Amino acid sequence: MTSTRSRRKARERVGTVLIAVPLTLGALICALPFVWMVANSVKTRAEAVSYPPQLLPSQWTFAAYVKLFTELDFLHYTLNTVALVALGLVGLLLTAMAGYGFAKFKGRALGWGFFAVLMTMMIPAQVTMIPTYLVVNAAGLTNNLVGIALPTLVSAFGVFLFRQFMITIPDSLLEAARIDGASELRIFFAIALPISRPILIVQGLLTVIASWNSFLWPLILSSSQRTYTLSVGLSLLNKQITTDPTVQMAGAALMTLPIIVLFFLAQRHIVAGFTMSGIK
Amino acid sequence: MQNPPVPVGAKAGQPRHLSRRRSVRAGSRRQPTSRWAGWGFALPALVLVAVFGLMPILVAAAVSFTDLDIGGLAHPETIRLVGAENYLTLAADPEFWSAFALTAGYVVVGVPLITVLALAVATGLNRNGGRFYRLLRTLYFLPAVTALVAISVIWKYMFNGQFGLFNWLLDLAGLPAVNWLSDPTSAQIAVGMVAVWRAIGLNSIILLAALQGVPDDQLEAAALDGAGPVRRYLHVVLPQIRFALGFVVMTTLIGWLQFFDEPFVLTDGGPVGATTSLSLFLFKRGFRLNEFGYASAGSIVLLVTIAAVTLIQLRLRRAND
Repeated sequence: MTSTRSRRKARERVGTVLIAVPLTLGALICALPFVWMVANSVKTRAEAVSYPPQLLPSQWTFAAYVKLFTELDFLHYTLNTVALVALGLVGLLLTAMAGYGFAKFKGRALGWGFFAVLMTMMIPAQVTMIPTYLVVNAAGLTNNLVGIALPTLVSAFGVFLFRQFMITIPDSLLEAARIDGASELRIFFAIALPISRPILIVQGLLTVIASWNSFLWPLILSSSQRTYTLSVGLSLLNKQITTDPTVQMAGAALMTLPIIVLFFLAQRHIVAGFTMSGIK
Repeated sequence: MQNPPVPVGAKAGQPRHLSRRRSVRAGSRRQPTSRWAGWGFALPALVLVAVFGLMPILVAAAVSFTDLDIGGLAHPETIRLVGAENYLTLAADPEFWSAFALTAGYVVVGVPLITVLALAVATGLNRNGGRFYRLLRTLYFLPAVTALVAISVIWKYMFNGQFGLFNWLLDLAGLPAVNWLSDPTSAQIAVGMVAVWRAIGLNSIILLAALQGVPDDQLEAAALDGAGPVRRYLHVVLPQIRFALGFVVMTTLIGWLQFFDEPFVLTDGGPVGATTSLSLFLFKRGFRLNEFGYASAGSIVLLVTIAAVTLIQLRLRRAND
């Protein structure tokens, strides 16, 4: 009896190793580009393009980072990106308000409005990029951070999630506040929004990540350096073959490291958000 | 490649009990104000969704029947209606068909590849909930949260023919060097590889969540009946996670149909158009050549393709259940 049990245990241990080794290898492959990027951003240029490649720098230098902010315009790009994130959070508030409106107020037309929101959920950006450009251009909002933020300001999926969550708020709670004379806006901010904290955190984190990373709309809708974000600035830097690769790596690290740090800090919420929506 | 958002069990309309409650309260004087308040909350978002979600489809459909280009933007009076000409040109355009074929190829190879790899990773991660496995999960997920524009820098660098990591590894293994991004076939493989790398983390997390929901007692019951680990996996685990699997297949499929980011940042569709996907073809015609009318016709074709594929999949899945 004990011998079969110990044999089973041994077999289980072999199975664990057989699975853990390829699994770990796969995870290292996933992480390798990030490690490689940071390592090369602190190498000297000669060492970065030397062959055979070395993982760790023999001599550390932060010259590439200095160059980003002195010779190149990356401070400006960073500020634009931060502004875009702030605008994205304004959009999150509008998204939450819409979810509340659809969840807690009745009316046939309102139901149709929600249906219209659901319909747009599956339309890919690649299909709408040309007409959206034409619309934003006609409104005179190209080359303007607000114009760049507008197409993705409200996510249809976000509206859907907020509605699903807020529909569970008891009506009696809202009714009691109304009887006490609270205004509708006050009820939203003082009752509905705090109750929706879990979904607000998740959607807030996803909004920050999506706005920080957004590339397609800033690329299409900005035609001068004035509104370049980190993503657009970086893609231009990449296209220049003569550029020092360590500077490109430093730019890439500048753009990815804040998100990686955020991810490690709030992983649970972020993973929950991605699992809910299936977006990146 | 990115998965598009798809509602999990999205249901339009309101539950029946709500309308009943309304009729009970029909005499209430508060009803009209609260209805206005509902519109007040929903309107800003509704306007944005209408302008940037629904209107572009109508604009694209209308523009696709015109010869709108950059000159037409400045002088709207010169825009001509050309009927179905854009669609006919599209049907005879070898570049369009080559982009279409490439996209279809990525779908055929990429959907099973990502699904199987993500399932393998999820199954492995599901074995153990310890700290080490949680760290592995984090690493698998990193590509999904970071911007591809940034990461493409390092990928290009690793694909580099002279000092790149991959050719060094090939050299170590005694294999000949590959011109990763400058040879048509290997560029197609390289671009697809990066997309797979990016998609696995997210999809395996979705499958992992489903795997964790498989009840232990069913597995134990199957084991008592003498089912081995492989049969338990095929007959107990997989049927239990079929909804998550269907979700992964569907979103991955749509993701490949919209394939854009990787070829755009890594190869710009080259060499000689070998990695120009359908979306990239539309982008180039629209924004490099400013052929808005022509590119809009292509957008409508892409939209119809995605809608058709989605409907077929939903129909198939319903037939299976």
